[in-house]
Amino acid sequence: MSANTRVVRNATCTFCGCVCDDMHLTVDDDTHKIVKAENACVLGRAWFKEHGIEQRPQALIEGREASTEEAIEAAARILADARFPMIYGLSDTTCEAQRQAVAIADMIGGNIDTTTSVCHGPSGMAFQAVGESTATLGEIRNRADLVIFWGGNPAESHPRLFTRYSVTAKGMYIPNGKKDRTVVLVDVRRTPSAAVADIFLQVKPRRDFEVLWALRALVKGRHVDPAIDQLTGVPLATLEDLAARMKACRFGALMFGMGLSMTRGRHFNSGALLALASDLNQYTHFVAKPVRGHGNVTGADNVVSWQTGFPFGVNMSRGYPRFSPGEFTTVDVLSRGEADAALIVAADPGSNFPQAAIDHLRRIPVIVLDPKETHTSRLAKVAITTSTYGINVGGTVYRMDDVPITLRPALPSPYPSDESVLKRIRERVGELIGGKRIPAMERIGVAA
Amino acid sequence: MLRIVNGRVYDPANGVDGEVRDVCIADGRIVADVAPEAGRIDARGMAVMPGGVDMHCHIAGSKVNLARKLQPEDHRDDVLARTAVTRSGVGGTVPSTFTTGYRYAMLGYTTAMEAAVPPIFARHTLEELHDTPIIDKGFYALMGNNVLLFKLLEKGRREEFRNAVAWLLCASKAYTAKLVNPGGDEAWKGRRNANVTQLDEKIESFDLTPRQVIGALIEAVDELGLPHPAHIHCNNLGHSGNFETTLETMRIADGHRAHITHIQFHSYGQVAGKSSSEPTSKAREIADYVNAHPNISADVGQVMFGKATAMTADAPLGYMLSRLAKGKWINADAEHESGCGIVPFTYQDRVYTHALQWAIGLELFLMAKDPWRMVLSTDHPNGGSFMSYPKLIRLLMDREFRKQEMAKINPRALRQTALADGLDREYTMSEIAIITRAGPARLLGLARKGHLGVGADADITIYEEQDDKETMFATPRYVIKDGQLIIEDHEIRADHEGRVLHVAPEHDPAIAEVVRAFFEDYYSIRFENYPVDDSYLGKHEQVPTRQQAAAVPTASESSAAGH
Amino acid sequence: MSETMILIGGRSSSQGTSLCAGKLGTEYVEVSSTLEMNVEDMARLGLKDNDQVRVRSATGEIVVRCKGRAAKDLPSGLLFIAYGPLSSALMDGDTAGSGMPLSKNIEVQIEPAA
Repeated sequence: MSANTRVVRNATCTFCGCVCDDMHLTVDDDTHKIVKAENACVLGRAWFKEHGIEQRPQALIEGREASTEEAIEAAARILADARFPMIYGLSDTTCEAQRQAVAIADMIGGNIDTTTSVCHGPSGMAFQAVGESTATLGEIRNRADLVIFWGGNPAESHPRLFTRYSVTAKGMYIPNGKKDRTVVLVDVRRTPSAAVADIFLQVKPRRDFEVLWALRALVKGRHVDPAIDQLTGVPLATLEDLAARMKACRFGALMFGMGLSMTRGRHFNSGALLALASDLNQYTHFVAKPVRGHGNVTGADNVVSWQTGFPFGVNMSRGYPRFSPGEFTTVDVLSRGEADAALIVAADPGSNFPQAAIDHLRRIPVIVLDPKETHTSRLAKVAITTSTYGINVGGTVYRMDDVPITLRPALPSPYPSDESVLKRIRERVGELIGGKRIPAMERIGVAA
Repeated sequence: MLRIVNGRVYDPANGVDGEVRDVCIADGRIVADVAPEAGRIDARGMAVMPGGVDMHCHIAGSKVNLARKLQPEDHRDDVLARTAVTRSGVGGTVPSTFTTGYRYAMLGYTTAMEAAVPPIFARHTLEELHDTPIIDKGFYALMGNNVLLFKLLEKGRREEFRNAVAWLLCASKAYTAKLVNPGGDEAWKGRRNANVTQLDEKIESFDLTPRQVIGALIEAVDELGLPHPAHIHCNNLGHSGNFETTLETMRIADGHRAHITHIQFHSYGQVAGKSSSEPTSKAREIADYVNAHPNISADVGQVMFGKATAMTADAPLGYMLSRLAKGKWINADAEHESGCGIVPFTYQDRVYTHALQWAIGLELFLMAKDPWRMVLSTDHPNGGSFMSYPKLIRLLMDREFRKQEMAKINPRALRQTALADGLDREYTMSEIAIITRAGPARLLGLARKGHLGVGADADITIYEEQDDKETMFATPRYVIKDGQLIIEDHEIRADHEGRVLHVAPEHDPAIAEVVRAFFEDYYSIRFENYPVDDSYLGKHEQVPTRQQAAAVPTASESSAAGH
Repeated sequence: MSETMILIGGRSSSQGTSLCAGKLGTEYVEVSSTLEMNVEDMARLGLKDNDQVRVRSATGEIVVRCKGRAAKDLPSGLLFIAYGPLSSALMDGDTAGSGMPLSKNIEVQIEPAA
């Protein structure tokens, strides 16, 4: 660390959905690095440490170094020429950038989807069916005397979910922190999160739905067959005990993760959990919260929802937004070979997607915006280096509980922001298509 | 420059009632005259009015977006394709943001105020308002369940209370203080979903009553000189017998200005001895009180049959509705500030309660002696979509149509109300202009809105005169915003960014340290990250408080558009 | 000598920290190519820590290094691997109309790799 340092207080870490805004960053202006992140967890420390300013090409077009301007031109042409262009990712960038992306999709009649579709998309679908009883994290911290973590391992994925927001944290009505709470962990394996749990339920894989449904029944005073033990690995007595605790608490919180959404049942699992939490409000105050993975995936949900009416999996090819998981979600659009061009922003499907989808990404022109080299940027036709949100560039992000926070960037970057690149792509695409992409159909009039 | 000629002008704020006269526009304002070569609109056979002002709707922010996400089925049937100048979107009772702006404009509305936002979510509302085109807009900040304010008030720290209210308004960029079921949240969140029902009962965990909270906020807002008074959603919304609570709440104001919102939902009596499933109408009592007390204003909150979405900061109410509707339900607590309940809901003319609600709303309109203080709203989308305003206007203006509609509703409900006794009044064009434009603008303290006098914002709607008032008001021929022709021959010709209207009342900056201490102990975000910075405002106008206006020599001209 | 087991992909602390350095970096590659196995299952298959194993699903096949976990932490028949390109290779592209490919509780065949 040089002598040339300064401190940026109250910056926000956007590595995970906790979006902790109490980061006090020490920035070394000689080495262009963040050398200290006070209050950060181990993941946050890595996030800040590893996002210094690197020497990277401004852009690559077909593997050759190019300027940002050239890459924007190439990207615009790809999008303007495409018949089924898709835009994906967006969970690790600002709302300002997300808005530009939706605007581009609207202009070109494209498909727009975010990493939600492979994360808590099923929970979003369950939400549309059931609704949700929920709360901001401060409510959980201040009031929750029963906290249940289902299908997640926050100790490793969201460490401060425990320490800042729910388990060990003290609250207005929880003055003794963990001593005033009962913590329950439900999972198929005993993870490091079990260390904070008073009660650990080990469920057989793919049996979460049955356990949740049995709890719903027990909460409502219905009979449940003791064979539930054989089926799920959880004895009836344990479930009866849990149901009783849920009804007896003053403020209960069910926080759930990919263990529900990414396995057999998907949205049925999330739906069962959300319904359970809602049911419990007949007896006490109970909330549920999907634990979101990326720093601004909640922002992506919000932006896409307010601009199109739907949270993810949206297609604009008819001139207006249509929503259909399975049809317009990106894994499907790629696995079935439907898209003929892709714009990927702040995501790495080349690493995270099924093979059939990745194979198709290799067949079509792909544009990537990312601060780092990734599997996707390696297969992309146009790869544009952009700066990192929350570290180099400001903007708005939404925490997992929808609380919007304004970023305080710490370290200027020579690379442009996602927002500025998308804005210029949008403008150039507008020039190229020149208003020719208006569908020839009667404009739907005002509905009464 | 533009001159509108041959139109029948309805400008009740300036005493113009259907006179054929010119209206001239230059640089976004109404002017006395323009050069002969100015553009012309020939408004022969048309009515010229100021742009509509919706002073209570739910159109932007966290709660709205939850309701929007909740109902894909509501959107699929009602889509808006993109055009060369407009973004695509979807409708239903909770439209996407672009659609919201366009559709308000297409009805001839040029200003709309989002009615309830917890300050912690203000940023979200401003982002959505930024994507709500054409109209001018603003929002009310929820304070009637604010824990910091409660802590100050219970200790009798009135100065700090008032300063904290001002600080919250400045930090959130809001327009006034909003109260929703004051005192109810602590019971809801803290005592297993309980609620308050009496104005004099203790608020859970606090040495305070709802009466004290209401009184303190009414006074504080008045002392701060805000252009619009405390905006109040009374306790006991929807409950039989709640008219008593409403009367009591209005009495608390004691000569100070207070605005009672969606007052229809607060005008129910109760059949003596029967269960609370039998409400009756107390519209007469409520209307009489409002008529007799010039410090009180209200918007009706009319129920319109068909699809609605209940979305309210009154979380216990949301839960109660969900038990009735038996469908999906959202509850969303916001730490220290508010709750939220969302339930898709359909009002049916054959159902006793719904029919009664519809009739009570009409009673309130028809019994109002002062249309300036009983203005039009459906509490969109709680009582019905804003798209139903033209039909509501027809119900008020066209007695025969009203009778036809009355014949369709539950007859027992109708008999409970004075509608059945021949409330025959028909609203005139001038009165409609008051309840949809001039009145709300005046109540909001917007000196340049709701009228067509020189100096007013050039927000103008031109309707083709027709016998069927619903069609007339549903399809303006021209809509002008800030002097720009936005709608011409019923089509949107241009996009436009409206202004965010907000207040910034003077206060003692030392209050920030009091607020900070509370944040450090109890909030889950940092004090430094809570206030919204100006970059979220886009085009905006800071509307002066009474004190700020008095300090400016040419305040009456309001010449500065303000930044 | 292959056995049927259930594979869970997920986040881990080291997967998260190494991800920040970059997915193409050695640490992330190492973390996301390490398979956690129940120690009793490993013993039965004749495996020790860091031995190579082949894991095959209906969609794909990967070879990774194994690492033992006590039975109380990882029940017999379950496998855990941190998210990465390797775990993704085993995922089916069919989302059953939901948009979500199954990334957890994937049925796999596992055997020691030579």
